[in-house]
Amino acid sequence: MTASAVPGAMGDPEAERAGAPALLLRAGAFLDGLVVPTGAVLVSILLFGAFVALAGVSPIEVFAQMYRGAFGTWFSTQNSLQRAAPLMLTGLCTALPARLGLTVIGGEGALYVGGVAAAAVASQLGGSGPYLVLTIMAITSMIFGGLWIGTAGLLRAKRGVNETISSLLLSYIGIAVSNHLIEGVLRDPQSLNKPSTLPIGEQNMLGPLPGLDVHYGLLYGIVACLACWLLMDHSVLGFAARIVGGNPRAARLSGLGVPRLLVTVCAIAGAMAGLAGMIEVAAVHGNANASLAAGYGYTGILVAFLARHSPLGIIPVALILGGISASGGLLQRMFTLPDATVSVLQGILFVVILASETYRGKVDWFSRLALGIKGAST
Amino acid sequence: MTITRTARYASRRSLLCFSGAAALAALACSKSTPEAAPTGSASATADAAKPGSALTVGFIYVGPKDDYGYNQAHAEGAKSLSALGVKIREEEKVPETVDVQKTMESMINLDGAKLLFPTSFGYFEPHILKMAEKYPDVVFLHCGGMYTEGKTPKNVGSYFGYIDEAQYVSGVVAGLTSKNNKLGFVAAKPIPQVLRNINAFTLGALSVNPKITTSVIFTGDWSLPVKEAEATNSLVDQGADVVTCHVDSPKVVIETAEKRGIYSTGYHANQATLAPKGYLTGAEWNWAAVYKDYVEKIKAGQPWQHLVRGGFKEGFVKMSPYGAAVSAEAKAKADAAKEALTTGKLVIFKGPLKDNAGKEIIAAGTERGQTDIELEKMSYLVAGVNGKL
Repeated sequence: MTASAVPGAMGDPEAERAGAPALLLRAGAFLDGLVVPTGAVLVSILLFGAFVALAGVSPIEVFAQMYRGAFGTWFSTQNSLQRAAPLMLTGLCTALPARLGLTVIGGEGALYVGGVAAAAVASQLGGSGPYLVLTIMAITSMIFGGLWIGTAGLLRAKRGVNETISSLLLSYIGIAVSNHLIEGVLRDPQSLNKPSTLPIGEQNMLGPLPGLDVHYGLLYGIVACLACWLLMDHSVLGFAARIVGGNPRAARLSGLGVPRLLVTVCAIAGAMAGLAGMIEVAAVHGNANASLAAGYGYTGILVAFLARHSPLGIIPVALILGGISASGGLLQRMFTLPDATVSVLQGILFVVILASETYRGKVDWFSRLALGIKGAST
Repeated sequence: MTITRTARYASRRSLLCFSGAAALAALACSKSTPEAAPTGSASATADAAKPGSALTVGFIYVGPKDDYGYNQAHAEGAKSLSALGVKIREEEKVPETVDVQKTMESMINLDGAKLLFPTSFGYFEPHILKMAEKYPDVVFLHCGGMYTEGKTPKNVGSYFGYIDEAQYVSGVVAGLTSKNNKLGFVAAKPIPQVLRNINAFTLGALSVNPKITTSVIFTGDWSLPVKEAEATNSLVDQGADVVTCHVDSPKVVIETAEKRGIYSTGYHANQATLAPKGYLTGAEWNWAAVYKDYVEKIKAGQPWQHLVRGGFKEGFVKMSPYGAAVSAEAKAKADAAKEALTTGKLVIFKGPLKDNAGKEIIAAGTERGQTDIELEKMSYLVAGVNGKL
């Protein structure tokens, strides 16, 4: 969340003219990137407090229980980490194309398709060692997820089809086709009342991380976020993508292969969601079934927007949302609040954080601190 | 305590079989009662159950607990327990992913629950099995009837009801109420449980009206309100004048039927308030009977059964009170069918029975009673049903 703000401030010509020391610049940008979102979270929590007070529950007690449910005990912390894991990968599915100015919301379908493909391939590999099986599963899921969102990118690049609509419709198609396969050719005849694919085999399951009660999906998520951060913020491809996002026509005039970039970045994004599906299969379910479509793809959209499409920012945002969902259960149980309470909090967070963007770089104190000059604002 | 600790650090591939074996071994050595000391997971909190304090029971629902359907039926069962002096903790809309595992653990660790009712069918494998191995002192009771002796951990139980008996009685009422001789059925998925209800409903109707046919539309999933409304409308357009369903929440189907001015029979819970004119009766669960029995036994430290199933006789299922549109004749015949099912005189699936493609499924002279394992694999629609799998 914070690191992505740095390059912009560094390149500020006014600041360079003013000769502000780089360290001060970084500190100012850092504070700007820290205080605005933190403030937004605080405002959201106050609004949510008012909301639960209206429902006749003490906000202080609600906050105390939320903390206890999300991070208050070692179990709770691991619970939040576990719930954050799939959101990191599905968050990337929306965040990466957003750098190109595209709004992709079809992560749910890519996740499902990737998971089903991974399970189908694993059932054919019976005797091979787990490392080989898991690697092939991961690659397969990424290819299928990538195909799904890559198609949305291709339609955008070649035919100008709106990627928001096409990715959503492709997602529906993906879920329907996968359901059909799970209930048809891929169905394990043993799965009577819950149609599923053949199991991938216990020896091929991803277990918990050493010393933790959190499965390997968390590690995959963090590594993927770091890799995408390097790709989008520190590589030629990422630089080109940002130019396209800024002004596609200018990018084309300066000789960038815009269509190829659109397809490539969308395919990478879809691959991340597909990988999330493979992890659900390999770490949780042991086969592919309709439970794979549990909404992670849709929550990923929220994660990406809250993280301002920064791959690095996705990690803490996913953790916050993981914590909210972990504590949501406790709110239901302790105060008999409906499940929708958590959706209200998520909605408030979403709106307030997006609105707080308008304060970014406009708080005079930060600007001056950042630029080291008087009266400047970026 | 040592079991969970060791398991956590065991190499990941051996984890499952190791902790499973360990849990079973531990149970074999010390037959633990449900109210034994806390499980020794790292974070036993202040309000975890202390000896002598009230038993905390956790209920987990896959959808909203006021859905007029599957989840409400369970929530009504949960409510009935408050008279027994136990603490109830409920969580709704928990998906069948690692989320439900964490909800179970959270109830155990943060609420001190010693008895859990994760009510959705899909919670069983792998979620309940995994948690049951990790927390051998907690009892997990699942709705679905999935227990396998020798394979399922000993602290797991599973229960289910023969609700096809109630669907049969609904069919009797529907068959005598329909003027067009056409019934409609909105179904989620073509799986054995659903097929059994469609077939029982149709056989019930045919038993009193041989001209009846039932048209089925599968929506593809458990909760798709828009498709359920479309399916109901389509069935009405095809001439059906009594509809019923097997989806998680019958609300949309019943309301749409009422709006179109036709009759309906309910499922899971009582939907009479949604359709005061057209609601005839309905096949309802009576989980209160099952839950009270389990909780009383577990509180008293008595042994409880791992696999429990029942129909009218055991009080697992019941009928909604008859609506205004039900004729005296229909009431009499439905009551007679219910009586015969309760005493076991009437067997729903018996030969000669053909499927709707003309193939013989049950030979003449063969009776498949409710406990017959063959019924659990049902993969056909009986003659009289319009529809294809």
